[in-house]
Amino acid sequence: MPPSDTFFTLRPHWDWLIVLYFFFGGISAGSYMFAAILDLFGRPSDRPMARLGYFVAFPTMLVCPLLLTVDLTHPERFWHMILQNHTMQPIFKPYSPMSVGAWGLLLFGFFVTLSFLGALGETRTGWRSFAGLGRGTLGKVIAAIGGIPAFFIAGYTGVLLSTTNRPLWADTPMLGALFLLSGASTAAALLAWLGHRRALPASVSWIRRVDTWIILLEIVVLIVTVITLGGVARLWMSGWGLLLLVGVVLFGLLVPLFMHYRPAFGGPNGVAIAAALVILGGFLLRVVVIFSSEAA
Amino acid sequence: MAEPMGFYTDTTVCIGCKACEVACKEWNQLPATNGGANTLSGNSYDNTRKLDGEHWRHVKFIEQFTDDRTGEARWLMMSDVCKHCVQAGCLEVCPTGAIIRTEFDTVVIQADTCNGCRDCIAACPFGVIDINPVTHTAQKCTLCYDRMKSNLMPACAQACPTASIQFGPIADLRKRADERVKTLHERGEKRAYIYGDENILGGLNSFYLLVDKPQVYGLPERPQLPTKRLPASSLMSAIGAGAVGLLALLGLRMRREGETEADAAAGEK
Repeated sequence: MPPSDTFFTLRPHWDWLIVLYFFFGGISAGSYMFAAILDLFGRPSDRPMARLGYFVAFPTMLVCPLLLTVDLTHPERFWHMILQNHTMQPIFKPYSPMSVGAWGLLLFGFFVTLSFLGALGETRTGWRSFAGLGRGTLGKVIAAIGGIPAFFIAGYTGVLLSTTNRPLWADTPMLGALFLLSGASTAAALLAWLGHRRALPASVSWIRRVDTWIILLEIVVLIVTVITLGGVARLWMSGWGLLLLVGVVLFGLLVPLFMHYRPAFGGPNGVAIAAALVILGGFLLRVVVIFSSEAA
Repeated sequence: MAEPMGFYTDTTVCIGCKACEVACKEWNQLPATNGGANTLSGNSYDNTRKLDGEHWRHVKFIEQFTDDRTGEARWLMMSDVCKHCVQAGCLEVCPTGAIIRTEFDTVVIQADTCNGCRDCIAACPFGVIDINPVTHTAQKCTLCYDRMKSNLMPACAQACPTASIQFGPIADLRKRADERVKTLHERGEKRAYIYGDENILGGLNSFYLLVDKPQVYGLPERPQLPTKRLPASSLMSAIGAGAVGLLALLGLRMRREGETEADAAAGEK
């Protein structure tokens, strides 16, 4: 007998496009989260790092609806997520994570665009007229409101998987938290890397420290995830489990953690190597979670 | 609203003729798999393999024989179909509103609305829905909605030669099923029971009389609505979000305190 009732279901064929969406969505949302926190609670000298966050969040956000649309078997009907085709009335189902996610992505995209334009206005002469979107009270209001859908986008993808009847996804309530932490961690790593290249030491040391804490928390949540899976965790007694252990836990979490406490370990490129490993680990986590269930 | 209608499938009289599968395919004009190329599954007489977008009926063959063929032997057969759940997970998660409940209390996918997000496939606890390779939309049994609108019986029930598949008002079918269980118990088949009463997803409008555990027939023992998992998963995600926010603020505070201490030390020098 299978270890869970979830093994009587069919796979939804959510493959690489969904993995990429989860990956880029996590980075985009995570970057916006940190940028908004710096804008709201940081110092004026943190503004370059906040701008960097918006510069990362915008293109990675733009990729998301494209990936989701191409993944549909009827891409030309993408708008059915927002409007009912028979009545042209908006459709919103609060108990459907995919419905809420579609609206969340729309909202997030709106605020990311505003913050991105604000950042662009401060740094590019031809875009000066948008600078007000990033400065003063208006900039803070946009960051504060935009931060809410950012936190939502970072975590809802895991909740979406849990709100199914598929093996592994539906057998633990931890995927939302796991994806949120992973998205935050990969975004922090990318910002630390880019910030390091742009010589923003105070902001970089802050975000590296926060990333270290998030990685520690992610390890704890991953352990809790395995425990809550119970017998279903046997799905990971396979190549997927090996990838999780080596690719995600060892190289994506433990090695970057070690490099944070032993900066000399990575040499002059230590920050870049640690960041690349965290980002790769975040990607592989999504690969393992999606494909190990799809293979069941 | 019209009276709730559905199927009662008595698996003890199914002979595995697959007339239901053929009638379903024919009436609903469902395509043949692989262009009709005949590939054998190696699993008894079951070459349909599963319910999906092009198979809305599936006759399962469960061979219960010991290796040496000496013990009690049984060959269970069951014509599986969409359960038209009273609490339907597919309907709940569908973001486009393509999946609707009809006036007959059945669950139908509107092909012109479905955009193929495939959330319903993952949500169905019975593995019923899949993408139809011709229409490229999610599809499943409609309980012959078009025939019901014309006061006709669904094609599968009409074709079934042994009345294993019975169609009618749910209240009548439940009475019929209870009487059949009682009869079987009196005749010594104590294992007979109804799968799909009100305890399962509010009641299945396509329910079954079984004589073994649900899992033996490829059915989940306690199917769940996917949205039941939403509160716990959302809560964990919210806790994670709170933790990230707090850690980020803690980092800023520690940076500020570190700088204050450094300034104080510099001042003392």
